[in-house]
Amino acid sequence: MMGAILEVLAQIALLLLLAPLVSGFIKLLKARLQMRRGPGVLQPYRDLYKLLRKGMVIPNTASWLFSATPYVVFSATLLAGLMVPTVAAETPIGLFGGVLALVYLLGLGRFFLALGGLDTGSSFGGLGSSREMTIAALAEPTLMLAVFTVAIGAGSTTLAEMARAAIGQQWRFLAPSQILAFAALFLVLIAETGRIPVDNPATHLELTMIHEAMILEYSGPYLALIEWGASIKQLLLMTLLINVFWPFGLPQVWSASGFFTGLGWLVLKLSLLCCGIVLVETTNAKMRLFRVPELMATAFVLGALALVSTFLL
Amino acid sequence: MPHALYTAGLIAYLAGAAVGLAGFGSPRRARIGAFSLALAGALLEIAAAASAIGQPAAGTWSIPFGIPFFSWTVRLNALSAYFNLALGILSAAVSVYSLGYVRGMEGRRNAGVLGFFYNVLLLSLTLVFTAANAFFFLVAWEVMALSAYCLVSFEHEKEETRRAGIVFLIMSHAGTGLLLIAFLMMAQAGGSLDFAGWHHLASRLPAWEQGTLFVLFLLGFGVKAGIIPIHVWLPAAHPVAPSNISALMSGIVIKTGIYGMALVFFDFFDIPPVWAGMVVLGVGVLSALLGVLYALMEHDLKRLLAYHSIENIGIILIGFGAALVFRALGHPALAAIALIAGLYHTMNHAIFKGLLFLGAGSVLHATHTRNMEEMGGLIRRMPVTALCFLIGSIAISGLPPLNGFVSEWLTYQALLAGFGSTQTLARVVFPIAGALLALTAALAAACFVKAFGISFLALPRSEKAAEARESALSMRFGMGILAAGCVALGLGATWFLPIFDPITEQTMGGRFSALLIAGNGLVLSAGTPRGGTVSTAGIAAMLVLLTALPGLFWLVWGRSTKRAVGPTWDCGLPGLTAENEYTATGFSKPIRMIFSALYRPRREIQAEYEVSPYYPTAIHFESEIEPAFEKRIYDPFLEWLMSVSRRLRAVQAGSIHAYLAYIFLALIALLLFGVRG
Repeated sequence: MMGAILEVLAQIALLLLLAPLVSGFIKLLKARLQMRRGPGVLQPYRDLYKLLRKGMVIPNTASWLFSATPYVVFSATLLAGLMVPTVAAETPIGLFGGVLALVYLLGLGRFFLALGGLDTGSSFGGLGSSREMTIAALAEPTLMLAVFTVAIGAGSTTLAEMARAAIGQQWRFLAPSQILAFAALFLVLIAETGRIPVDNPATHLELTMIHEAMILEYSGPYLALIEWGASIKQLLLMTLLINVFWPFGLPQVWSASGFFTGLGWLVLKLSLLCCGIVLVETTNAKMRLFRVPELMATAFVLGALALVSTFLL
Repeated sequence: MPHALYTAGLIAYLAGAAVGLAGFGSPRRARIGAFSLALAGALLEIAAAASAIGQPAAGTWSIPFGIPFFSWTVRLNALSAYFNLALGILSAAVSVYSLGYVRGMEGRRNAGVLGFFYNVLLLSLTLVFTAANAFFFLVAWEVMALSAYCLVSFEHEKEETRRAGIVFLIMSHAGTGLLLIAFLMMAQAGGSLDFAGWHHLASRLPAWEQGTLFVLFLLGFGVKAGIIPIHVWLPAAHPVAPSNISALMSGIVIKTGIYGMALVFFDFFDIPPVWAGMVVLGVGVLSALLGVLYALMEHDLKRLLAYHSIENIGIILIGFGAALVFRALGHPALAAIALIAGLYHTMNHAIFKGLLFLGAGSVLHATHTRNMEEMGGLIRRMPVTALCFLIGSIAISGLPPLNGFVSEWLTYQALLAGFGSTQTLARVVFPIAGALLALTAALAAACFVKAFGISFLALPRSEKAAEARESALSMRFGMGILAAGCVALGLGATWFLPIFDPITEQTMGGRFSALLIAGNGLVLSAGTPRGGTVSTAGIAAMLVLLTALPGLFWLVWGRSTKRAVGPTWDCGLPGLTAENEYTATGFSKPIRMIFSALYRPRREIQAEYEVSPYYPTAIHFESEIEPAFEKRIYDPFLEWLMSVSRRLRAVQAGSIHAYLAYIFLALIALLLFGVRG
């Protein structure tokens, strides 16, 4: 029991501390690739610290739902993060839910965020909510299909089992079904974290923003919670991708000694994945909103091919 | 004990109907009498169902009043009791709600007549779920259809209502006709009209007869359930009824179709052919996906909810279809899990859809409109209704930790479990069905963000919405019961699951709920040794605990921060008005464009101007989507029907000699037939 509580606390700390770093690292890499100097890698921490201490303005049109949203988003995302294997295949509260619960918890956060956007009464909020829910709906079947492909291979929807199955076959990630599923999930990752070519996290241009439009009216500590939640979501999706497909060096269970090995490998693989994301972001232009369905359809076909190839090959 | 409670419940409904009709001189007495007796009947039926589920297979018994040659036998076995339980819970809440809701009609309409038909509907529903004889079943089925028709047409002064009522009546009877044929085929094969003698009877028939029976039953019960493409009556009829009736119609009346299918697929049939399961699965996926896609295009709050009923019937049928396939392939445990998923969703949908329709009724009561574009800001004026509607929206979107999540999770697990142990076709079909279920669920979430966000949040979009008042205490209480049900069936899923043991024992010959419960009885398991687990209670507890973390930040930094209320960013224009808000139509525009191949949207913009087109004085905008099924299936069919009728008119020449000749020919034909036989 004590061990379980310690694991939960350790994973919470890990998610909270690592998430802004990943965001900062991506920003820095992007800036360097674009021949800019860019902010330091620690900038997201400074932003969060500043926002948490600032005052905030609540729109006069908003109801209690606007104030409840940051808390729901933050805790639902963090809870989803506790279901992902990070530094060991075992997850702290794996019994409470597997990959389905994770997807639906992220859905719960998104549901409230979209309502928070509508609650302000401004056109931007509605615009962001509408687009966010649409894109999420298009990404969902692909996400599930790719996850099913892996889950079927592992015989379980528990993420720990999925990671263990991957550890059991180190070179399985080279199997066609795994490559296709990885590609599908990578596209979903781009869409879900609001990155180019689907959305641009750096923009506040009225006509193109999606996620940022939805949270336009949030300020101070509420904004900090939402931003932090968003970066945790990004981290957990990346970790999911890493530990289910490339589990090298991942210990089976939590232990004091295994923690640092696991963490080291995780950080290494995260940096690699960040490089991939940054390359995609810098070499592509943002798509028109109505081209996104085509991208998602491509991802769905990849997912379906992955599924079919699990028993054809 | 269950018999006595059950009969007492029926008597309460009869008394309620009588009181409604008699009226005792004042609409107030008629209303309170009729709906209080309905409440009493519902509570008695809940007690009867609850005690019947606990008992081993109860026998059949006859209702004393009957007609010669036909025994009016009823039985309260596990399946019947389960559907009666759902009916009882929903109708108890709706009866409480109606006490306040119908009050608003007094003076304008005859509340007593509404009470009469309401009680008759509840009575006939109870009988449909418990009838143990085909003839008696059809009688109850017809009474149900007719009382539902009278309730749907209650506000008959509107053209829309009359038309919806007629379409409902016609389609309902077409369905009954198919059921009649199927029942007669069964009776011929079994030599009796008693359901008890039909147990596993269908599977002993030749293959072509099995196929015919299956299709007849699927269509006959499918009309009532509202499966696509025979759903067109549903989105027309459900919204025009008074809202308490809509809640019953969407919550439980369409479930009589589901009950019928469960009875046929898992009791009349022993092992149906594999293709039958695949057909049910396909119909389920199609209904779920198209149901939600059409719901997204609605800005009539009640029509939107009606389309979601089609979606949820689809989700239930995905579970049933998977159960049928597993049975055909010889996996009783997996079949039981899939059946449990479908039945669990049946109960859940009765509760959250009932809740949402009651919420819509409160809003309609307060704003006098069903159009979402004229609502808004109601969360401040009607806080309890808004909270209840929000709980219903989260539940129907399948989000944790409420009840919709539990049944959707079970459905996913059932679909995934099939991979290792089924034939090739099912291996591809099941995960694809799962992915489409995920698409459905995500679109449903988008739709309910729209439904709740546009109706309840931000600024009021009309005078009426700005002056809305919270509904009466009894209405809030009725909604509260169902909202509590959503939470209880979500968090307490593992305590609820053993209720399915008698049902699976009756249909699959085993008790399987223990497979689905793990970890001190708080964790839901997928039923296979290494499958997935989930704990809604754990998720709820963790969500609360993790909210403490932001609280900690607030303690450290937040106390000194200032919290000001200011205007929303209005792009520098003076003042934000309701016209700046996103509309329901605007919200679903991206979906309309992405799925334009399905919707075939049409829009028309006309600008009037005096001097230059750049300075329009008035703009006229019109937008609609094509009602594909009406236009492509029903209209051609009607045309064909009319042309056949016209041709047949030649037979009716109007000459009495010709008619006498017809009668003579018919007589000879009958004589020949008689002599030969």
